[in-house]
Amino acid sequence: MYAALWRALPGPVWVRLIILIVLIAAVLYALATWVFPWVQSFIDPQEVTVEE
Amino acid sequence: MSIIGVLGELLVTGGVLVLLFIVWQLWLNDAVLRAAQDNEAAALSESWATSVPLPTASEDPVDPGTPAILAAPGDAEVFGILRVPRFGDDYAAKIAGGVSTSRTLNPIGIGHYPDTQMPGEAGNFAVAGHRNTHGKPLNQVGTLQIGDAIVVQVEEGWYTYRFRTLEYVKPSGVGVLNPVPQMDGVEASDSIITLTSCNPAFSTAERIIAYGVFESWTPTAAGPPAALTDPLEG
Repeated sequence: MYAALWRALPGPVWVRLIILIVLIAAVLYALATWVFPWVQSFIDPQEVTVEE
Repeated sequence: MSIIGVLGELLVTGGVLVLLFIVWQLWLNDAVLRAAQDNEAAALSESWATSVPLPTASEDPVDPGTPAILAAPGDAEVFGILRVPRFGDDYAAKIAGGVSTSRTLNPIGIGHYPDTQMPGEAGNFAVAGHRNTHGKPLNQVGTLQIGDAIVVQVEEGWYTYRFRTLEYVKPSGVGVLNPVPQMDGVEASDSIITLTSCNPAFSTAERIIAYGVFESWTPTAAGPPAALTDPLEG
């Protein structure tokens, strides 16, 4: 899967590396901005109040 | 390329994603949110503190008078700022009405238990806040030392409390919210602040409770209290 991605990228090794880093950065940004906050809304174990 | 190989890569990717989520939730996002909440509260604090002219050095000190007693806030209505020098010089957290996680504790910070008293009143000003996640406003509650200042700023001025003691209770331990904590049907004469958060950290098994006793009132016109401007002892 990742080997196929690497082969699909154009250019010499350093160009592929740069494209890959940009791709990874975009994925991380999307995760932190949209995916993780959405997941967190389902997992919220923090209870800090006292109640009957 | 075998099916097994692809499956393996997917599983590894899934594992990495879960680890990334944990790092994001417990550290990265918390640091970002804490900084944002500090900044918002500091801006509000500044706008309150500068809403009246400060006394010049030649004037007589402002008579503090009696503490302002605010009306109970509406749900999720921001009315105060918590400042605790022990939590850091930059530490500031907004306080709003109610202890709903979705409306107050997650988006705003500190929440006021609606049936408890307001600052400056005889009785118990009880608030709750996260110890982890969502900007963790009470993350360092366990580091308080006896005599540490716990300051609540409102538009009218500052209430300075002094930390006395920690207590650990079950989640059902509502006695900590009584006007005199853990005493039933006793009329309050002192003003107490009570902070509740989860204990142990990252757990919901117990609650950590921090108590402070009201020390002094400083109106906005008198400038910030010594508790905020003097260096921390200990």
